[in-house]
Amino acid sequence: MVSPEAGATVLAATPWDVASAVRDPEMPMLTLADLGVLREVREEAGSVVVTITPTYSGCPAMATMRDDLVHRLHDHGYADVEVRVSLAPAWSSDWISEAGRAALRAHGISAPGPAPRHDGPVPLSLLPTRRELVCPRCGSDEVVLGSEFGPTACKAMYRCSSCLEPFEHVKEI
Amino acid sequence: MDDHDSVYDGLLEHDLGGDDSQWAFGTSFEDPLAGVDTTVPDGADPQVLAAYALGLGDDALVLSHRLSQWASNAPDLEEDIALANVALDLLGQARLLLARAAAADASLVPALPAGSPVPAEDALAFFRDEADFRNVRLVEADNGDFAVTVVRLLLFATARLAVLQRLVASRDAVLGAIAVKGVKELTYHRDYAARWFLTLAQGTAESRRRLEAGLALVWPLHDELFRTHAVERAAAEQGVGVDPADVAAEVDVLLEQVLSVSGVARPAVAQTGPVAGGTGRDGRHTEAMGRLLAELQVVARAHPEGRW
Repeated sequence: MVSPEAGATVLAATPWDVASAVRDPEMPMLTLADLGVLREVREEAGSVVVTITPTYSGCPAMATMRDDLVHRLHDHGYADVEVRVSLAPAWSSDWISEAGRAALRAHGISAPGPAPRHDGPVPLSLLPTRRELVCPRCGSDEVVLGSEFGPTACKAMYRCSSCLEPFEHVKEI
Repeated sequence: MDDHDSVYDGLLEHDLGGDDSQWAFGTSFEDPLAGVDTTVPDGADPQVLAAYALGLGDDALVLSHRLSQWASNAPDLEEDIALANVALDLLGQARLLLARAAAADASLVPALPAGSPVPAEDALAFFRDEADFRNVRLVEADNGDFAVTVVRLLLFATARLAVLQRLVASRDAVLGAIAVKGVKELTYHRDYAARWFLTLAQGTAESRRRLEAGLALVWPLHDELFRTHAVERAAAEQGVGVDPADVAAEVDVLLEQVLSVSGVARPAVAQTGPVAGGTGRDGRHTEAMGRLLAELQVVARAHPEGRW
């Protein structure tokens, strides 16, 4: 059991409550729990151990996530916080929660469809990935893939042929 | 206040009690394998495991550096962002693999002055000399034009995806986990390169000319990807690594698909053999490698104790 430090701001919040409310630095409409990178929050021997998993190997937001988790938990009186990395199982876009998907759409970002599953060799795809998407702004399904790579590792770029606005799509992985 | 109310928040020094994570050259998570069990599995030689991880890590690090040189130079904004994304994925793989190598065999890590904030994987990236790098020579040559870059990425990603698909079953849980993630990323890289290969081949006379010239330029270093090194053989025998010769046939089938759909002939150029009995995996590199490392390492070496 963790005892909040004397004099610290004490809120009636469990470590999970605090950690799961921390937001993703690159998509701040999502909490780390919504994004599925928050794997576990455990109290052991007087400290809080938080386990997170990277979305992509090179995800540059990991350090910020770690710092934010430590700050938030400190703010709530948990003095001893350790953040660990879990590589397995690998993060999948399927782990984004329903609330997270709704938040993405509300902010003009298209949510991922089901992640591909491969039994055996990964097939080569010489044609652009076909996705059943609608424009998150106007709802039109007349959308064109601009690039499989977007402003963050986890997004592809689309544009809508109806309202002519570009938008981001979180890739299936 | 939320942590991201102001874009300037992330630039401020936070009091984290002696936290040294803001070192200038790292990505500031002090240990990318924090909390990961890095025990070497029974029956595996830690030095073999480390040397094997180093080769895979160096391949990713060096090609990541080359691809990042396209940032602000690519033919259009989409390709600029795409190549930077591929570079970032490979840099992430390199970081995990170099950290895994250092955890298995600390003697690989160059010694730095006491009190240096440089993490082990960064010491490996920035403070090793050319002869200590174990990457294949394919990844180190200059980028050339966009066609050369596309051809090299196709050859590299096709081979690496095939290797990582088998490495998923490594007896080393860390390598296995890195491979699972890498497979997802490399699927995007290979598709990207293959689609551009087809587009350039069937584009204009000029794009096709450049693609065929690029293929002839890059092809001589293709076979080295599948030439089994003693480290790879030992790692495969111990169940922690993959013998790249085992994936040569399936990679060839995939490349043949791309070539035939694109209507491009397999180039009739000789393969570059070993130099003095050694290849990139032995630390024998091409002329481009020294200049590449000079650029990659100059800032870190000038400020070995630099912090933000």
